Amino acid sequence: MAELDSRYVKAENYVNRELSWLDFDYRILEEARDKSLPLFERLKFLSITASNLDEFFMVRVASLKDMVHARYTKPDIAGLQPAEQLTAIGEKTHHLVDLQYSTYNRSLLPALKQSGLRIVTRHEELTQEEGRYVDRYFKDNVFPVLTPMAVDSSRPFPLVHNKSLNIAAILKKKDEKEVLDFAVVRVPAVLPRIVELPGQEGQAVILLEEIIERNIQSLFLNYDIITAHPFRIMRNADLTIDEEEAEDLLKEIQRQLKKRQWGEVIRLEIEEDVDKRILKRLKKELDIHSEDIYEIAGPLDLTFLMKMYGLEGFDHLKAPAYNPQPNPAFMNDDDIFANIRKGDILLHHPYESFDPVVNFVKTAARDPEVLAIKQTLYRVSGHSPIIAALAEAADNGKQVSVLVELKARFDEENNINWAKMLEKAGCHVIYGLLGLKTHSKITLVVRREEDGIRRYVHLGTGNYNDSTAKLYTDCGLLTCHPQIGEDATAVFNMLSGYSEPLNWNQLSIAPIWLRKRFMRMIQRETAYAGSGRPARIIAKVNSLCDREIIGALYEASCAGVKIDLIVRGICCLKAGIPGLSENISVRSIVGNFLEHSRIFYFENDGAPEIYMGSADWMPRNLDRRVEILFPILDEELRHKAMHILQVQLEDNLKAHILLPDGTYQKIDRRGKASLGAQDTFCQEAVNTVKSIHASYDPVNTRVFIPKENHI
Amino acid sequence: MAAHVFAAIDVGSFELELCIYEVLSKNEMRQIDHLRHMIPLGKDTYRTGKISYRLVEEMCQVLERFSQVMKAYKVEDFRAYATTAMREAQNNKIVLDQIKVRTGIEIRILSNSEQRFLGYKAIAMKEAEFQKIIQKGTAIADVSFGSMQISLFDKDRLVATQNIPMGILKIQGILSKIHGDSETEQRIIEDLVDNELYAFKKMYLKDRDIKHLIGIGESILYLARDVLKGGRADHITAPQFMEAYQRLMKMSLYQIEDRFGVNENYARLIIPGVIIYKQILELTGAEMLWVPGIRLSDGMAAEYAESVRCLKFSHNFDDDIMTMSKNMAKRYRCNSSHGQCIETYVSAIFDAMKKYHGMGPRQRLLLRIATVIHDCGKFVSLKDPSPCGYDIVMSTEIIGLSHRERETIANVVRYNIEHFDYQKTDIVVAKLTAILRLANAMDRSHRQKMADCKIAVKDKELVIAVNYPEDLSLEIMEINAKADFFEEIFGIRPVVKQKRRA
Repeated sequence: MAELDSRYVKAENYVNRELSWLDFDYRILEEARDKSLPLFERLKFLSITASNLDEFFMVRVASLKDMVHARYTKPDIAGLQPAEQLTAIGEKTHHLVDLQYSTYNRSLLPALKQSGLRIVTRHEELTQEEGRYVDRYFKDNVFPVLTPMAVDSSRPFPLVHNKSLNIAAILKKKDEKEVLDFAVVRVPAVLPRIVELPGQEGQAVILLEEIIERNIQSLFLNYDIITAHPFRIMRNADLTIDEEEAEDLLKEIQRQLKKRQWGEVIRLEIEEDVDKRILKRLKKELDIHSEDIYEIAGPLDLTFLMKMYGLEGFDHLKAPAYNPQPNPAFMNDDDIFANIRKGDILLHHPYESFDPVVNFVKTAARDPEVLAIKQTLYRVSGHSPIIAALAEAADNGKQVSVLVELKARFDEENNINWAKMLEKAGCHVIYGLLGLKTHSKITLVVRREEDGIRRYVHLGTGNYNDSTAKLYTDCGLLTCHPQIGEDATAVFNMLSGYSEPLNWNQLSIAPIWLRKRFMRMIQRETAYAGSGRPARIIAKVNSLCDREIIGALYEASCAGVKIDLIVRGICCLKAGIPGLSENISVRSIVGNFLEHSRIFYFENDGAPEIYMGSADWMPRNLDRRVEILFPILDEELRHKAMHILQVQLEDNLKAHILLPDGTYQKIDRRGKASLGAQDTFCQEAVNTVKSIHASYDPVNTRVFIPKENHI
Repeated sequence: MAAHVFAAIDVGSFELELCIYEVLSKNEMRQIDHLRHMIPLGKDTYRTGKISYRLVEEMCQVLERFSQVMKAYKVEDFRAYATTAMREAQNNKIVLDQIKVRTGIEIRILSNSEQRFLGYKAIAMKEAEFQKIIQKGTAIADVSFGSMQISLFDKDRLVATQNIPMGILKIQGILSKIHGDSETEQRIIEDLVDNELYAFKKMYLKDRDIKHLIGIGESILYLARDVLKGGRADHITAPQFMEAYQRLMKMSLYQIEDRFGVNENYARLIIPGVIIYKQILELTGAEMLWVPGIRLSDGMAAEYAESVRCLKFSHNFDDDIMTMSKNMAKRYRCNSSHGQCIETYVSAIFDAMKKYHGMGPRQRLLLRIATVIHDCGKFVSLKDPSPCGYDIVMSTEIIGLSHRERETIANVVRYNIEHFDYQKTDIVVAKLTAILRLANAMDRSHRQKMADCKIAVKDKELVIAVNYPEDLSLEIMEINAKADFFEEIFGIRPVVKQKRRA
């Protein structure tokens, strides 16, 4: 592999990934500010910006803090040291939070009120009748689960849980003068944050913490309440597990989960007009710096807006629900294996239903000819039908091997339960690999057929999670191509600890081969462009932050390769910079569905290659995870895949273009028909199914088809 | 018909392998899974002479997992063979017993000649190509971890095969002791290999015209893949090979890992292997290298497929074994017309006695081999040929025969002359010896007097009907002398009936 010229990999050519991530959150926030969207959808987007920010702090900011503590000063790809990054992140986040709340207060609240939903932001604004209802609600439901904790010389400052909402109060003993006490009450997470108020005119809601504040006196009977304010903290929750020492990964993660509550406090959110005495006390007790304190102009933790979205009676303010459509390949009476034998099938979720994937495992579990089912599970939904099917398969005497990735962020508790259940059912469960996360999404079904053993494989860009498959855009390939089957077997052999196969036919696997493969393919385009042949790269990923890949893309751009990137989130590449990346365009699509598929197109001198995979162009995907890149071999499916890319490149509704100055801007649509990629895909999927139904309809075809066998 | 599923376990010097095969009818066989677990048995054996307990433990664990995989595929039958490292380990009996007790898997140690024969069979599975290749002068070079094997074809018959104790691990061991630059290292290995090959060239290669070289073994596989770059063909021309060789010699270990897409352990094996191939290529002057990419387990599967009658080789391997034996006879100046003559006699006697001796085609082959080389001991000593003959057979490898089988032959050769020792030998030796002695007596004068005889069993007698018009008294006397032993073994007495022409 040719070495990259050092001028491509200079720090100034790169954007810091955290700042780029914040830009992504800004783009989501922009959706919340988009008045052309249904009001409740905007609530949802605002909620997402908040939950995203929480995760960002817990993982990214936390690890930067760790680096600073460890006096680690190595600069990132953009040349910023951890402390510098934290400062920049702090500034940008404060501005983001301000924008979140101005959106909430100035735009969303009035609009909601206009639409007949009143949010009582302060308990003082309750009507008398509402007040009575709320007090009753407090007495019946809230009071019994509250644990007020006063702090004095004999009682230390209580543990404040990560991400929990609390109310801090300053109290004064009724019979004493001048002596002030401090108290904390946790807003119980077991109760709904939103409480609906009874009333005749429209709907009204109030937040739980306001109800508690209103009734806080009843918690501290011998005291006068001087002041009370809600606050919320975020702790360092990054799981760093020393695998060499962890004898049993399972136990270690369970232990770490408990520890997560105790990490260092890295963010404090508190009401804007908080009493300075409370702030001072919290600052001292939580040991937090001023720049990590966020004074909030509204309710803390906007994720409650997701619950608000679920309120009944506002369907006209939400985008109409989309029903995933069946893929035409399955619109017949044949079983799934027969359908796969007819030819490879490319599924495009959520436009097309995820059912075939669930069905694939379910059918395999019951099919008497199936010998083995092997699958990697990364994030699994609460009551996954796939898990149930795997357990059933083991029960039916099939060899079931499941690699359950325990290190999937924040889902550990979930995964441990399922893993244990599967093991009980007789499955061979592998709890991940030392030093690597298994991020690939692959299922292998080995079936004994008339003409010998045949292997059916599902390869995906998204997790085997039937809930998120309705929200994430992902692609999946169902195939019984013998070479892919052979490779899939080799993948599972490697995951079970055996040596690498003698060779790979079609798949590329990270962390060993994938990076080199990508580099070779990019540099191949560069070489073609250099010799005047057609050269083009289209890549759709969630994040792009790998130094080497970006450097190779710059090199390709300079050689004249036309490069279109569709990057949903982090993008450390600078687009359209003269002399560096003038042939590179970057767009980010933020829509109702979360863009999640990874698709790669390489022109290859007129013999184009299209790949899909589980890996982003990030160092962690290429170097520290097991990932699979698979080619789309079937001609028709390549057209389908290409169509996905093309429509995304034509999107002028939800696409944000990365400008040379590093900002993202929506496309000026004046004079053009608007085109939203996600809407287009929805419509196309519906139309396809309609036209197939129509082609069967005897009234249209004017031919009656007799049924020859009784089904 | 559903396919037969067969598993082959190869306990090698460097890794444990499990291959699952699907044997379809009509000469069709397909590998459906291949598991490899790296385990340095060879290192232990070559260093200490024994396999350490730690490795036994590891082997048991891996084999247990293998047996689960076999269960999952509903494997009908399996074979587990061990090669050099296990064969040479002093404690191999203990190790194999441990494995059997703990995993239920019974591993058989292959002798070198059996091991190579399996590899040879696997090549022959690629029938069309194989038959085409061996029409011209061909050599097979099978370079493995412990040693290498070179076999020569003349027309389409295997004529010689020799094991040379210079393998990849040994070279690696030597390399680790040299601390020169890579050019020095390379030269030293080339010299070493050349020395080993020199004797082979002088004794066997002579001026044979070798056009094709068939390469088996891991290292050549990687090189071939690199040279051919994913092409499906597997032929490398000599200049292509040399070019790849030069390129490889300039690479660092890291570059090799990178280029061949292998980890460090495999990368280390590539250079010594490729040097050996290069020397062989130069020595033989072959123009083309065929890398069929087969493994020992492929040979095991071929053997299995043959046994369930799903595979029929058009190449006759017994003929190869016979040709090699005849070459051996020639080398020790056995009387070839006499040998050929009594080979027909033993065959005729064996066939006529089928009902009475209960032996099969394999024993018939052993008998023929013993016959062809029965007087090789005379090469060393005319006075005392039988112990010499025994020693010659015991130290001459005959491809395709197990050690046990070779011992049988050696004993037959020995007791053909020596007084039969009832304690030291088994019944097969006794039976074969009896037949050989009789046949030998039939040509006592070495003048093929009974060439047109007819042999059949009639009324508890083995009747040898001869048309020879002249005097047969020498033969008849000899036959009578051997008849007691023959009768003792089979309960049937040989008699000569001479029909004189009117």
